[in-house]
Amino acid sequence: MSREYETVIGLEVHVELATKTKIFCGCSTAFGGAPNTHTCPVCTGMPGSLPVLNKQVVEYAMAVGLATNCTINQNCKFDRKNYFYPDNPQNYQISQLYEPICRNGGIEIETADGTKKTIGIHEIHMEEDAGKLVHDDWDDVSIVDFNRSGVPLIEIVSEPDMRSADEVIAYLEKLRLIIQYLGASDCKLNEGSMRADVNLSVREAGASEFGTRTEMKNLNSFRAIARAIEGEKNRQIDLIESGEKVVQETRRWDDAKESSHAMRSKEDAQDYRYFPEPDLVPIHISDEWLAEVKNRQPELRTEKLARYESEYEIPRYDAEIITSSKRLADIFEQTVAICGKPKKVSNWLMVETMRLLKEREMEPENIVFSPEHLAALVELADAGTINSTVAKEVFEHMFADDTDPKQYVEEHGLKTVNDEGALRTTVEQVIRDNPQSVDDYHNGKEKAIGFLVGQTMKAMKGKANPGMVNQILKELL
Amino acid sequence: MANIISDETIEYVGILAKLELSDEEKEAAKKDMGDMLDYIDQLNELDTSQVEPMSHVFPVNNVFREDVVTNGDGSEDALANAPLSRDGGFEVPKTIV
Amino acid sequence: MSLMSLTAVELGKRIQKKEVTAVDATREALAAIAAREDVVHSFVTVDGDRAMQRAKEVQERIASGELTSPLAGVPVAIKDNMCTKGLKTTCSSKILYNFIPTYTSEAVLQLERAGAIILGKTNMDEFAMGSTTETSAYGVTRNPWDTAHVPGGSSGGSCAAVAAEECSYALGSDTGGSIRQPSSFCGVTGIKPTYGTVSRYGLIAYGSSLDQIGPIAKDVTDCAAVLEAIAAHDPKDSTSMKREDTDFTQALVDDVKGMRIGIPNDYFGEGLDEDVRARVLDAAKALEEKGAVVEHFDLGLVKYAIPAYYVIACAEASSNLARFDGVKYGYRTEEYDGLHQMYKKSRSEGFGAEVKRRIMLGSFVLSSGYYDAYYLKALRVKALIKQAFDDAFAKYDVILGPAAPTTAPKLGESLSDPIQMYLGDIYTISVNLAGLPGISLPCGLDRNGLPVGLQLIGDCFQEKKIIRAAYVFEQTREYAHSKLAQEQNGGAS
Repeated sequence: MSREYETVIGLEVHVELATKTKIFCGCSTAFGGAPNTHTCPVCTGMPGSLPVLNKQVVEYAMAVGLATNCTINQNCKFDRKNYFYPDNPQNYQISQLYEPICRNGGIEIETADGTKKTIGIHEIHMEEDAGKLVHDDWDDVSIVDFNRSGVPLIEIVSEPDMRSADEVIAYLEKLRLIIQYLGASDCKLNEGSMRADVNLSVREAGASEFGTRTEMKNLNSFRAIARAIEGEKNRQIDLIESGEKVVQETRRWDDAKESSHAMRSKEDAQDYRYFPEPDLVPIHISDEWLAEVKNRQPELRTEKLARYESEYEIPRYDAEIITSSKRLADIFEQTVAICGKPKKVSNWLMVETMRLLKEREMEPENIVFSPEHLAALVELADAGTINSTVAKEVFEHMFADDTDPKQYVEEHGLKTVNDEGALRTTVEQVIRDNPQSVDDYHNGKEKAIGFLVGQTMKAMKGKANPGMVNQILKELL
Repeated sequence: MANIISDETIEYVGILAKLELSDEEKEAAKKDMGDMLDYIDQLNELDTSQVEPMSHVFPVNNVFREDVVTNGDGSEDALANAPLSRDGGFEVPKTIV
Repeated sequence: MSLMSLTAVELGKRIQKKEVTAVDATREALAAIAAREDVVHSFVTVDGDRAMQRAKEVQERIASGELTSPLAGVPVAIKDNMCTKGLKTTCSSKILYNFIPTYTSEAVLQLERAGAIILGKTNMDEFAMGSTTETSAYGVTRNPWDTAHVPGGSSGGSCAAVAAEECSYALGSDTGGSIRQPSSFCGVTGIKPTYGTVSRYGLIAYGSSLDQIGPIAKDVTDCAAVLEAIAAHDPKDSTSMKREDTDFTQALVDDVKGMRIGIPNDYFGEGLDEDVRARVLDAAKALEEKGAVVEHFDLGLVKYAIPAYYVIACAEASSNLARFDGVKYGYRTEEYDGLHQMYKKSRSEGFGAEVKRRIMLGSFVLSSGYYDAYYLKALRVKALIKQAFDDAFAKYDVILGPAAPTTAPKLGESLSDPIQMYLGDIYTISVNLAGLPGISLPCGLDRNGLPVGLQLIGDCFQEKKIIRAAYVFEQTREYAHSKLAQEQNGGAS
């Protein structure tokens, strides 16, 4: 007997906001740094210290709320969430429970098979991040670093609207793109600036009640999320099939072992004793302020797509690939602003850039070359200063470490040879060395000329102007 | 008295508050908390159904800072009072077993 | 006569006139401390070397004309719940037995800017939880008027230090009466300002929505001058108010003609000592004779203030005191097995009984299933209490009553019955819930020669009205701010 099950998934997505300073103090949010160097009395929980809210955090949260079709709560407040843990210096986290800044939103996703679906957003709230614990296995101790303590977060809580790992990934990718477009976060899963906790339950297909859900933490990549969903779904089904009950609990995913374990202990009563934060005053978002933030919203993907087609006259397909990443779109626009030629710029991004990203397992966010250098390369190729083979070689260097193409071409003497005398001499030599190909050509094998062109290019170390080589060959043959 | 505080409640609140009471203290805490709750229950004499809870006495809102870095390296001050520290951090018993 | 017998403003004037120096004043303060601490024990920490060094520096800046504040060179004692950079700050708790702050609280910084000389840190009830200063982990403070009695609390050390002439004035903090009640018991003058008037940055929090720092001094003039120095908008405290009217010394005017003073009947009911009642009503009469319009009225809700307060203050305290966990500062237990035991043992050994009692209660009222019934209920009652005061201040400029139902009890009589002790705060507590300013000043002695305190309560931001009324009353009588002064004045009180 095999019953059909449906998986019900909701996500809690934490996103670190791209502010310069922490949410409640003037410490830097810069990543890295020696332990506890980005700290002050406020973010280390010193007695007597008090929080003061970073206005930019509120504006980013509003921007994300607006872009995800939420209602902005014009009278929102902070609450304290009380729990003891060493990465939490006050042993309470300043968060929002009773009056979060955004509610009732949703975004449309499209899964790989083209199905469209709206995923509801229950709420978005602002809160502070915790510090970092480094575990010393040898001495059985942990070391606390508060550099991340107080970095601003928004938590985006979805409705339990997702039914598969595909939908979850589509939702996360869409959310990430929106937030990146807003400039509210770089949303790097591997660096933890975007983190997703998965709430999952299973129920028999057709059932109207939800099953008991678990919360899965420590998911650091899309792949881990997909695997954790699969693993947890199967674990819950196995429990139900064997007549056991799913326990509502928080579990920690171990991606190396591809399994999870419960994080609960007697000492971790999940009773957070929330109450209004007395050290912060309420936030009132006036209609004017809301309108101001709305007006400042940057162009999102849909608008960008339309503009690329009309303004730059590039095909829809190109526009879709380029706008699939805010970083690619930014490079595209900045490059075109310098050198024009949108179709040529787009080709570099779509073909060579995408190829190298894939080859090197990189995200567009990690691109290092500058629009200035890409523009220079486009112009070198367009002016015929270098031929396309050389251009590709130069691009690879530029992609690796933002090499200046002009300088590179200069230093390596890669300029196309347009000197007819030199070309003619080389072609004559190639004809002499390859009588077989010459015969083939004369016997009607048109393709043989391609081989001769190749030989000429090789002899000229790739720098010959291929058009001229072709012309001279035909003439001499 | 109306409010009887059980051993389980004292145990549970002890977990929340991270306080470990001796048996003697537990008995005292049960009595004290029961007495206080009886006393606090007087508040139920007041009809507050039409009253909004007041957390801040003054209607002040929107106190913000600008997003400008004002603090430098605070590591020395952060660790100055640490009971145990190493490698620039606070040392605690291992949190992941 | 010791320079410490002078008021802070008188001493400041003499220093400015170059009749005496900050160094003289500090030396005399330290001598008084050395002579009286064995008996009174107002201080947890005295740093004489630091104070003398500071006095020399300040004196140079006075001499050069750089420092002209009326408080420049005047020695002050600071309650031990305000952070002072490099100077141990314990909150009279074992859990902070070795805590040396790396920054100074904003109120103390304001005093330092004015040229104040900090003598040391005064004893208090542990984390300001108590009404007698007996919950201190560092021993009791004794009332200078009668050392068999408590000084009140929680700012008992600050009030005793002023009364014992160990300093010119002091800072205290008031969450439910912790400046006004010990001021009353020690025969000194203390102001709890409107919430948000003095920055709380660096004040180790007890009940964040209720805590305020204020001055404790020998008379109303000193209090006004000190409050003027420490009241300032602080961008580091989100609840700090922007006020224009902090020139409190302008209110030191001997005129209450037409001032409307209301006396709540609710403050003169059961539990009020007869002598206290008589002295306070005498004071009302004195003000009436000076031209004030005095009326009796029903304020209402008075008895509900204490239970509402204990819910709110303990809930906030349970969260505020969570940070004391043996990780970042203060006491960590010697032996432990794992993180949670380290937390529990450090906190259980580091906190005293009253603090633990309040943390337990506060954790309970916030716990799942009780939040609405207790915490929200208390916040609703707080709104009603605020409304009752709003109604009263529509009719009156100032509310007059006792600061405490009795004079100072004997040592050891209070702690056994917490609720009875909490009832001692009945006249002061609602003022904190409503965020109002209140002043306590001496209005005579009881049958045992212990001081009685008169409390004047103003509407929010109306400190000037209570300062003026208090100043006028002060002018009507010869009084002494300390037993020492009383003896020197030949017994007049």
